Amino acid sequence: MTIIIKQVGTGGRPERRRSIMVVSLLSVVAMLALIAACLLGSVAISPSEIHAAIHSTIAGGNASLASTILGLRIARAASAFVTGAMLALAGVMMQALLRNPLADPYVLGVSGGAAVGALAAMLFFSAAWVIDAAAFAGALTVAMLLFALVHRDLRHGGRGDRSLLLLSGVVVASGCGALVTLMLAIAPDSRLRGMVFWLIGDVSGSTLRGLPWLILVATLLLSLRFARAINIMAMHADAALTLGVPVARLQRGLFFCAALLTAAAVSNAGSIGFVGLIVPHACRFALGPDHRLLLPASVLVGGSFLLLADTLARTVVAPQQLPVGVITALIGVPLFLIQLHHLRRSTG
Amino acid sequence: MMQTIDLRLQVADRVLIDALDWQVAAGQCWCVIGRNGAGKSTLLSALAGLRAPDCGTIQIAGRRLADWPLQALARERAYLAQRHDDAFSYSVIDTVLSARHPHQGSRYWESEGDDQIAHATLAMLDVAHLVQRDVRSLSGGERQRVAIAAVLAQDTPLLLLDEPANALDLAHQVSVMHLLKSLRHDPGKAIIMVTHDVNQVQSLATHVLLLMGDGLWQAGTAEQMMTSALLGKCLGHPIDIVRHGTRLFFLPAEQLHE
Repeated sequence: MTIIIKQVGTGGRPERRRSIMVVSLLSVVAMLALIAACLLGSVAISPSEIHAAIHSTIAGGNASLASTILGLRIARAASAFVTGAMLALAGVMMQALLRNPLADPYVLGVSGGAAVGALAAMLFFSAAWVIDAAAFAGALTVAMLLFALVHRDLRHGGRGDRSLLLLSGVVVASGCGALVTLMLAIAPDSRLRGMVFWLIGDVSGSTLRGLPWLILVATLLLSLRFARAINIMAMHADAALTLGVPVARLQRGLFFCAALLTAAAVSNAGSIGFVGLIVPHACRFALGPDHRLLLPASVLVGGSFLLLADTLARTVVAPQQLPVGVITALIGVPLFLIQLHHLRRSTG
Repeated sequence: MMQTIDLRLQVADRVLIDALDWQVAAGQCWCVIGRNGAGKSTLLSALAGLRAPDCGTIQIAGRRLADWPLQALARERAYLAQRHDDAFSYSVIDTVLSARHPHQGSRYWESEGDDQIAHATLAMLDVAHLVQRDVRSLSGGERQRVAIAAVLAQDTPLLLLDEPANALDLAHQVSVMHLLKSLRHDPGKAIIMVTHDVNQVQSLATHVLLLMGDGLWQAGTAEQMMTSALLGKCLGHPIDIVRHGTRLFFLPAEQLHE
């Protein structure tokens, strides 16, 4: 073919520079959110006390009140950040997989499975790690069940139509909802409060753990490696195959990564709503649909968002603490409706 | 360049194409003609690798479709789908750049060369002014031209085009046909396209594949195939051929009411 190579005045694609700038800016925002989370709380710590506390911790010295509080807050902040980041990343993946910008990580019923597992554990046991493990197991069980139901659809790349997956997910989720209601109905009053808190989503009980970070970093790196392929699948659906994208394999990979992330997030902090829906959507709205930028940006924004929401949750009526799921829903619902209406208007 | 051996395609229990032995060489432009539901698009998507044959094999450059690595295959043939379903607000330039994917290897961002090729093909299709537009805001004809630009940007020897002139206005139909004709003269390329407009075939095709819709088919040069008897049988309606200067026109015959 004779393509006339014309010199285009733009001089290379500015996307790369823009992406680096956006990601660095969002990293700074995340750091600021972390600092804010350390300073704010029912007990105020001044920056100088933090400085001293860090010094004494590094020096291996005695634990002052400030350094103890700081340690607790950092652990909680890290937990909130990683949970938000995982939910947002899972949201981006689900939206690409279902080719629906309004999908969220919970449509697969994974959080429902986690809730059944966690509540059953709360009903019959009480150790915290049992609850987390049961939630994780419940989430993965539902993901596997769903995968068994739709794997033929995914293997053949379907017919450009993910309605089987979506419908199966919705039905499985409502089945889990019924089990959750059943357990709430028969639960003794003493355990009811903890169960309700878990359902709303709460990071207060969580401790600093490595596994969620490992899952987050691994899935993020993996998805970045295939970011361009994800773009092409989001654009062309099954016809992406003709551009050299292994569509069926990519879909299976997205499904597993999203299920794993959601399971890890939900067992870490309960089913916190709206982060996985709002954050990817807002990032796509502000930064465009290119997954090469969208994936890392959503991780940073999701983490910062949940971190700030959690800081708000424990300061707004301090010393009383609110479950963070309430805050994300209170911020998320109006934000989502505004975006939805904007979307309607812009696409006519 | 491309050949099918004993190819059978069926939808549910209906056999659309049976025992198709067909060879397409470089420099040829094949038009696939048939009634609605005769299996034209099914054939094209099978050639594109989107649909497994029910029997027989499809080879590109002497190698079975299933044996090709996907990326390498994507440098051999490009496919223009009949419909474009845009779920996300990608821009026109993003859409065309996506066609450079098989050429990019493990690079994270597109190179300047990819960018220039994308801009050049957009200019060829007369949509250079739409570069930053959201694909979902385009008209049907504009979207179609962007899709053709993407197929050209993929820069492959074999082009599979499912109704390329779909939704185009008259002027752009003519210019797209002109563009395809210039590609036809490139000795390294072959085009297989589906069309409903028999008159386009006459001006463009070197060869024609007629699908009868019941498994039967007939393939040959355009002169051999474009007769009123064969076309009438294939399309299920008698065809009159009218000569105007050096050009032939194919018109559906008037049914006489007695």
